[in-house]
Amino acid sequence: MSQQEIEVILARHLAEYLALPIFIVDPEGDMLYYNEPAEVILGYSYNETGPMPAEEWSTIFHPVDQEGNPIQPEDLPLMIATLRRHPAHRRFWIQGLDEENREIELTAFPLIAQGDRFLGALAIFWEPTR
Amino acid sequence: MKLTLWGTRGSLASPGPDTVRYGGNTSCVTVEGSAGTMLVLDAGTGIRGLGLSLPETIDRAYILLTQLHMDHIQGLPFFGPLRRRGVKVDIWGPASTTLSLRSRLMRYLSPPLFPVSLREILSDLTFNELPHGILEINEFKVTAQLVIHPNPTLGYRIEEAGSVVTYIPDHEPALSAPTFPPTAEWTSGYDLAAGADLLIHDSQYSDEMYHVRMGFGHSSLGQAMQFARLAGVKRFVPFHHDPVHSDDLIDRLIETAVAAILPSFEVIPGKEGATVIVNSR
Repeated sequence: MSQQEIEVILARHLAEYLALPIFIVDPEGDMLYYNEPAEVILGYSYNETGPMPAEEWSTIFHPVDQEGNPIQPEDLPLMIATLRRHPAHRRFWIQGLDEENREIELTAFPLIAQGDRFLGALAIFWEPTR
Repeated sequence: MKLTLWGTRGSLASPGPDTVRYGGNTSCVTVEGSAGTMLVLDAGTGIRGLGLSLPETIDRAYILLTQLHMDHIQGLPFFGPLRRRGVKVDIWGPASTTLSLRSRLMRYLSPPLFPVSLREILSDLTFNELPHGILEINEFKVTAQLVIHPNPTLGYRIEEAGSVVTYIPDHEPALSAPTFPPTAEWTSGYDLAAGADLLIHDSQYSDEMYHVRMGFGHSSLGQAMQFARLAGVKRFVPFHHDPVHSDDLIDRLIETAVAAILPSFEVIPGKEGATVIVNSR
C-alpha cells in the first residue's frame, strides 16, 4: 500500500496525541482514521473497524437533528468540508455501537495543502452537555 | 547511475582533523545518468568542490534542492558554472505558500548576508517549484514529495533505466509516531524509498541523541535503518552526519546499528568523495 500524503500523516500524528476527538477522511470522504477520544463517543475502536467508506460511516452512527430527523450524509459537516471544501459546524445526535444516543457538536474543515492539493477533511467534535 | 558524495555533513560545515574521512562539507550529491546528464542534489558547501571538478565547457546544470536551510544552499554562489555567462542552470526546490523560490533564495543571496545578489549571477537561471508531479530531465524520471522536516522539505526518487536512487537527507519519519516504524501507509517518505536500489537518508543522531533532539527534523541512524528496512531498499547510505560526530564515532555508530538491526541490505558509509554505481541488478 502506498503512503498517505505527508500532511495527512502529520494530522494523524497530532490527533494521536490530543485529548480532543478527531476524525480524518480522504478526498472521497472515506474515513482514514479516528483517535482514541473519538472511540469513546463513537462506541467503535479504530483498531476494530479500520478505515470505512463514506457511505458506511455517514450512516452507521444514525445521525439525526435536534428534532430527531435523519441527517442526509451530504449535510453532515465532514461531508460538507469534503464535498464543498469549506469549514462547517453543526450540533446533532448520533448513536454509537453501544446504542447510546449522544448529542455532539462537530466542526470540520478541509485539508488543502500547498499547490491547491485537496487531501480530505478533518473533524473535531465533543459532547456539549458533558 | 553513478553517484558521488561531495558533502555528507548535516547542519554545519565541520572541517577538521576529526572529520577527514567522512568529510566536513554539507549536503551535495551528484547523480550521473547513462546519457551523461548530471543531477546535482542540494547545494551545500560540497557543491564548491563539484564546480571545481567540472570542465569550463559545461553549458547546462540541473540543481535539485531539498529545502532552503543554510546547509543545503550555502555553497550555491560558489558553484563555478553559476558565475559563467551562457550556462543555463535549472534550479528546483520546495514551494511555499507565500514567497517564490527565487525570492526565498534571494534572502541569502543578497547583502548583508552575501555580497553578490542573485540578479548579478551571470548564468541563465530558471527556478522551478515542487512538488509538481513527475519531472522528466533527459534520461531521468524524478519524483519529488514533501517529507517530515521543519519548513517545506522534499525528498527525491530518481529513476533511470530501471534503477532507483532515493535521496532524503533531512527527514524525521519517527516524529510523534507512537511506534516506529508504523505501517508503510503512515510513514513519511515511504513511497519515495519503496524498493530503491540505493537510499541516501538522514542519519544525523545516535539513538540517545535523538531523544533530546526530537522535533529537530532528523533521524537517528537506528531509525534510518528501520525506515530502510520497511521500504525494502537494497543499499543504504547513512548521510547528514551531525557536526559534532567525529569519524571514529560515526564508525562506531554504524557498527553498533548494523549489529543491532542485522539489516538485509548493504550499508555503505556516507563518506565525502565516495562514488557508488547503482544498477537494478
